[in-house]
Amino acid sequence: MIEIKDLAKIYHTDHGEFKAIEHINLTIEDGDIFGIIGMSGAGKSTLLRCINLLERPTDGAILIDGRDITGLSGKELLQLRRQIGMIFQRFNLLMQRTVEANVSYPLEICGMPKPQRKKRVEELLELVDLTSKAKNYPVQLSGGQQQRVSIARALANRPSILLCDEPTSALDSLTTNSLLELLKDINAKLGVTIVIITHEMSVVDKICNKVAVINDSRIIEQGMTKEVFANPKESMTRLLISEMQGGGTENE
Amino acid sequence: MNSFLAEYGTMLLQETVATLEMSLISTLFAYILGIPIGVLVTITGEHSILPCRPVNVVLGWIVNMGRSIPFLILLVALMPFTRKVVGTATGVEGMIVPLIVAATPFVARMIETSLMEVDDGLIEVAHATGSTTWQIIRKVLIPESIPSILMGVPITLITIVGYSAMAGVVGGGGLGDVALRYGYYRYQTEVMIATIIILIILVQIMQSLGSFIAKKSDKRTR
Ligand SMILES: Nc1ncnc2c1ncn2[C@@H]1O[C@H](COP(=O)(O)OP(=O)(O)O)[C@@H](O)[C@H]1O
Ligand SMILES: [Mg+2]
Repeated sequence: MIEIKDLAKIYHTDHGEFKAIEHINLTIEDGDIFGIIGMSGAGKSTLLRCINLLERPTDGAILIDGRDITGLSGKELLQLRRQIGMIFQRFNLLMQRTVEANVSYPLEICGMPKPQRKKRVEELLELVDLTSKAKNYPVQLSGGQQQRVSIARALANRPSILLCDEPTSALDSLTTNSLLELLKDINAKLGVTIVIITHEMSVVDKICNKVAVINDSRIIEQGMTKEVFANPKESMTRLLISEMQGGGTENE
Repeated sequence: MNSFLAEYGTMLLQETVATLEMSLISTLFAYILGIPIGVLVTITGEHSILPCRPVNVVLGWIVNMGRSIPFLILLVALMPFTRKVVGTATGVEGMIVPLIVAATPFVARMIETSLMEVDDGLIEVAHATGSTTWQIIRKVLIPESIPSILMGVPITLITIVGYSAMAGVVGGGGLGDVALRYGYYRYQTEVMIATIIILIILVQIMQSLGSFIAKKSDKRTR
């Protein structure tokens, strides 16, 4: 379980302080596929990156299974990050490594012996259906395939949480659908808790059981996806839903 | 032509080998020293993986200083030091020390430029997977910039060949020495032209071979 309590992140820029997120309160249960949706610049990535401390919160707490992680540093921080997988909009694969070597990376850095690594990489490539591409380099793969490699890499150390920062925003709609199916499968099969950030309501609609809407650094609405869709309270939520339905206008 | 080769062929060959010897050995040592310096300068930068302003500023200063001294002046200024290190300040051995001193900051900057090209997203992944600073350097920063680093090798090598030609001034041997002795002091233009042709060919081969290897190593093109 991830409990986010009154979280804030302030950036110090040349133009003074900038509150990227503030007063964030969320509870993400084990096994959830939790969507966080908002417009560009709302603070989605900042919020997600706080969960594995890629970004240090300025204020508030993040409890993972009851333990506040915001103070972790050194070895404990590395340990935490090894237990949380993360994927990105631009895949971020190591371009000079083969597919299998990319998937092997997280195992290498925690010192898993080679024979075990090899076996684990095979399992992972099977999971994302890329066994035949093991020896290929990322540049030889399509966007969807590259994102599947990055999913395999993120799952290498059997994390209990998978953080996804706009994982389908660089993909076409068909590829998006099959990738979302894969994430859903992984959630069902492995029980991994998924936190997914997006600016598209259709992504939430397809796989998230819960959703939080973030606008202007704050969460303005949250709940079960079904309920939020049936009864959106905020105009921003209605806008995002109507955009998904191809309406473009917000009025009923 | 035949009589020219008979008279100067052996000497030209020997001096070509001397030029290659000086340049290759100094380039090798310059990389051995320049890579760690370049890595340190890069990672201690403000937004990099181990920000440390004092180290960054001091190293940056040293590198800039080394790069701003003209080679000929460096060569003369280093003579006492060179004598202490290798026992002589002339000949091929005498040239290697100043060449290494001149090439190391050059290499450090080239390495820095190559490392800076690495996509921030990859550093982010490295952090997200719980990599240590050393693991990021060894498994991400350097491997991902190998093609770019290799691209820099012929540039360094050719610069060093150019520097090594100044060896003539201190009787350092190599093709520059030949050009100076025959072309300048004895007005034997054809010997000087021969050295120029050899230098042009050397540079062409180094550049083509270097670029070829660098491109071949890059897995992003295929
Ligand atoms: N390192 C940073 N320094 C200063 N401002 C930042 C930094 N990172 C993000 N921001 C700002 O914080 C706001 C939220 O950014 P982000 O979380 O990336 O938004 P989103 O992912 O929703 O598009 C943006 O206005 C962005 O410019
Ligand atoms: Mg973002």
